Amino acid sequence: MFDKILIANRGEIACRVIKSARKMGIKTVAVFSDADRDALHVQLADEAVNIGPPPSTQSYLLMDRIVQACLDTGAQAVHPGYGFLSENSAFCELLAKAGIVFIGPKTRAIEAMGDKITSKKLADEAGVNTIPGYTDVLRDAEHAVKISNELGYPVMLKATAGGGGKGMRVASNDDECRDGFERAANEARSSFGDDRIFVEKFIEEPRHIEIQLIADGHGNVVHLNERECSLQRRHQKVIEEAPSPFIDEETRQQMGAQAIALARAVDYESAGTVEFIVDGQRNFYFLEMNTRLQVEHPVSELITGVDLVELMIRVADGEKLPISQADIGINGWAMESRVYAEDPFRNFLPSTGRLVYYRPPVEDAHVRVDTGVFEGGQVSMFYDPMIAKLITYGADREEARAHMRTALDRFLIRGVSCNISFLSALMVHPRFVSGDMSTNLIGDEYPEGFHPTDLPQEDPSIMVSVAASMVRSYRDRAAQIDGQLSGHERRVPKDWVVVMNNEYHEVSIVPVEGGHDVEYRDKTYAVRSNWQFGQPLFTGTINASEIFVQVERRMQIYRLFHNGSQANVMVITPRTAELLKIMPVKAPPDMSKFLLSPMPGLLVSLSVKEGDTVSVGEELAVLEAMKMENTLYAERDGVVVSVNFEPGANLAVDDKILELE
Amino acid sequence: MQEIVEQLEQKRKAAALGGGQSRIDIQHSRGKLTARERVELLLDEGSFEEWDTFVEHRCTDFGMSEKKITGDGVVTGYGTVNGRVVFVFSQDFTVFGGSLSEANAEKICKVMDHAMKVGAPIIGLNDSGGARIQEGVASLGGYADVFQRNVLASGVVPQISVIMGPCAGGAVYSPAITDFIFMVKDSSYMFVTGPDVVKTVTQEQVTAEELGGALTHSTISGVCDRAYENDVETLLMVRRFINYLPANNRDRAPFRPTPDRADRMEKSLDTLVPDNPNMPYDMKELVYKVSDDNEFWELQPEHAQNIIIGFSRMDGHPVGVVANQPMVLAGCLDIKSSIKAGRFIRFCDAFNIPILTFVDVPGFMPGTAQEYGGIIKHGAKLLFAYAEATVPKITVITRKAYGGAYDVMASKHLRGDVNLAWPSAEIAVMGPKGAVEIIFREDIGDEKKIAERTEEYRSKFANPFIAGSRGYIDDVIAPHATRKRICRSLAMLRDKKLDNPWRKHDNIPL
Repeated sequence: MFDKILIANRGEIACRVIKSARKMGIKTVAVFSDADRDALHVQLADEAVNIGPPPSTQSYLLMDRIVQACLDTGAQAVHPGYGFLSENSAFCELLAKAGIVFIGPKTRAIEAMGDKITSKKLADEAGVNTIPGYTDVLRDAEHAVKISNELGYPVMLKATAGGGGKGMRVASNDDECRDGFERAANEARSSFGDDRIFVEKFIEEPRHIEIQLIADGHGNVVHLNERECSLQRRHQKVIEEAPSPFIDEETRQQMGAQAIALARAVDYESAGTVEFIVDGQRNFYFLEMNTRLQVEHPVSELITGVDLVELMIRVADGEKLPISQADIGINGWAMESRVYAEDPFRNFLPSTGRLVYYRPPVEDAHVRVDTGVFEGGQVSMFYDPMIAKLITYGADREEARAHMRTALDRFLIRGVSCNISFLSALMVHPRFVSGDMSTNLIGDEYPEGFHPTDLPQEDPSIMVSVAASMVRSYRDRAAQIDGQLSGHERRVPKDWVVVMNNEYHEVSIVPVEGGHDVEYRDKTYAVRSNWQFGQPLFTGTINASEIFVQVERRMQIYRLFHNGSQANVMVITPRTAELLKIMPVKAPPDMSKFLLSPMPGLLVSLSVKEGDTVSVGEELAVLEAMKMENTLYAERDGVVVSVNFEPGANLAVDDKILELE
Repeated sequence: MQEIVEQLEQKRKAAALGGGQSRIDIQHSRGKLTARERVELLLDEGSFEEWDTFVEHRCTDFGMSEKKITGDGVVTGYGTVNGRVVFVFSQDFTVFGGSLSEANAEKICKVMDHAMKVGAPIIGLNDSGGARIQEGVASLGGYADVFQRNVLASGVVPQISVIMGPCAGGAVYSPAITDFIFMVKDSSYMFVTGPDVVKTVTQEQVTAEELGGALTHSTISGVCDRAYENDVETLLMVRRFINYLPANNRDRAPFRPTPDRADRMEKSLDTLVPDNPNMPYDMKELVYKVSDDNEFWELQPEHAQNIIIGFSRMDGHPVGVVANQPMVLAGCLDIKSSIKAGRFIRFCDAFNIPILTFVDVPGFMPGTAQEYGGIIKHGAKLLFAYAEATVPKITVITRKAYGGAYDVMASKHLRGDVNLAWPSAEIAVMGPKGAVEIIFREDIGDEKKIAERTEEYRSKFANPFIAGSRGYIDDVIAPHATRKRICRSLAMLRDKKLDNPWRKHDNIPL
């Protein structure tokens, strides 16, 4: 076995690999860019080597530096994680030349599967289902109609040079097909300078289901069942699970057999994933094969008990697989939520900065957290915004989902925005609950993006009783202050009003051992907790059932987060409540006259100056953030009355760049 | 007897209605509470004892003898906030527009005198159209009587003003003398001369809100210490604020128990200061994370944001926190921030509240605006305040402590009791780049040499050791242990005794 391996990656996956290596008694070497000097993977590894400046093109993607780091530290093998150099055959060759083992498949497999056309041909030959289609270029619109009729509608017309949704058209009859052909060709010509079009059968409401497999260098290939990854936002997976709630045993066997056949066809070694697209009748078609460890591998690990990273290392060292297909069953259910540093309410814009609080739920038999960051660490603008994966496990899907909901409630992240509330909302979305998913789900259900109104509503009693208990604790403590008028000390009354989202809930709060009994709407809620003042997570029980509520105290208002829902709560005396009703309801200030910075970044240029008249949709400024130039447009007509920043300025979120009138 | 009791009931009922139901309705329709409702919210339930309910004015001119309202437009008395005594006056806008009469001023003076006698805070709830014009100079005299008491009470008992309606002309000077001013957004304003006079004299067109609203005073002028959304929020926050204040200048700031351990470690503070000395970070994170229960009661959060001031508790005991904010103007000192912090430090010193200073200061702000504005004298106020303070003073240097600003920010030389530094501290006359360009002027232009010299200077001075070798700092501490070290130091200093030489009073550079 290797004595020492290098992990050519960063973030959670580097940490994940280090964990398995450590378990196997293998020393680890981390590589890091200047931005990752204090990163978690650097802290966890036995050694760490700086490989350059923050941009990955100058660090994590520099093969020479990584090879040199191996030579300098004596690492005998490299685990590439995912992304970066994980599917780069040139890197494999470079390592091979230096006598270093690549923990992954052989070059031939990477190359064969890396090419869309080759892989499809190989899949065809290996007897893998591929999407029916005409792989040659269509001559003209009539040719397209003829082929489409042979395939059967609906079909998808695609530019061979296509990408990013451009040069793609769906057609469900001859007319649409003719029209779609012309449009796709025009678009392709203008976008890519290449108007070659081909056609495929179009799969409606497709699911994305993939087969995990692992192979050794001795001809053994085992599949570890499927993963359902249909919950995607703009082709980015959000929630994955294993097994799939949709697949039956027969389909599973067929998919597994085909995946293994494809692996054999390219003499595959190491962990790999064959991705399929599945239609409503459980017909499945080959999409592509990923020749690396995937982000969502933990769900497969949890239901099979296999440590994929360990097996990858063993196989790379020439060992035989210690398992055979017969050893692999499905034990329970696992789900994974990808935790991104992004703001779901701002169109999922990435969020960067310091993790003022970062407290993932405690790991146990039902909860696993693969994390790459720590409290006080930085989320850098240079890399992928995924900061952690939250994986839960249960006997069945319902149990795994229940654990996920609780675990999300406990996942505390402050300082950067995160998608926890979005994940919580998905967890209770009826279509997710019933398993009725497709890759279109998020786009269909949140066509205009995700808004606070999309947050699930829940029975107010939970928030009401938690707030009541917390605030009563504060008041009782306030009544313990020194210097009180002797004989006239403060006595905290028992009747209170909880004002939540402008509704008034009358409660009475009685302190008892270990918490409070809250009477609300003729019911008693026994709130018990060892929560302490100022703690951002309230952990306790209500009527003996466990509850986790995140809390932010802002003056008189307590902002509570639970099960994806949010509430602004005040707890006041009945008399105060009476007087509060007299207070004017103030409309939030009209911000539409301001151009606000949507994210932190650098103001690159301003397209207008004071006194200019602008109309809706006109370009106002360019902001650089996350290495991307973002153009900001006018949302209404108006005259620029003031410009508050000059190009070159560093902007924070919501900085008022300019004002319109 | 029975008759008197009945009469009493009637008088009380009448007084409770102030200017009458219709005026109360108008007050409510403006989103404002009445004087009595405000007192009710401010004090513990049922604790208010009203005095001088039956006072009436003595004016006979302009038909005023026909118009008498029991109480005469101000509600006065005392009560408790979390069991601690405070004296209160609350101007009643429903009675003659809350205008100040001779009799009404006497009521205010009476509670002020009592507050001084027993040593308890005075809270004024201001909502007044100004002087009772019908009374002429008698009303003016009333103002001056209040001013005089405000001045004598200054530094003896805490004085808090809450502006909950108009406060214009001479009337502003009573709040101005008090220690803290809170305002209600959209329904209060303060100015010496109103928009009409401004228009006549300077041709300037300005609304009352723009001229003296809560927003103006909490951002631009710094007159207001905190502004809140409405009467209810304001009064509830004032209740919370009083928890930090001692009853008088001989009292200790009130202890309140906390479950938060004094030796709690905050691992995340070890990465608070960025590697790059030019990168800002949020000093408030440090303030919140070291304070009891992560609570910090910030004052003037929107004004002179390059310095942070406010109250925290450490191990249950209140402290005044002053901290440079690297996020704003790199945390440098300027006129506004010096005044803001200087006055706050003097309050703490007057009322036995220890001062906790977090330093990351690159120096004083340069420029004509500052020099013409008198930064010399204003900056000196901050220095003066720190130097004269005899309460426990604890200083933690997190990063930069450059030049004269190092001296000013509660340095050892200004009788800092415990001066600690993080390993990232750089205590020097100036930053490495600037220093090298002066010391090695001949090398300017030779980038390589300058870089070398800068590195040399950095390794020599950009650390806490030189200052440590001279005893200017007592220890270098791990950031995660900051809370523990502060709490221990404060406990050690609890019985500190230090007196300044006798004098009539000092002569701070006003």
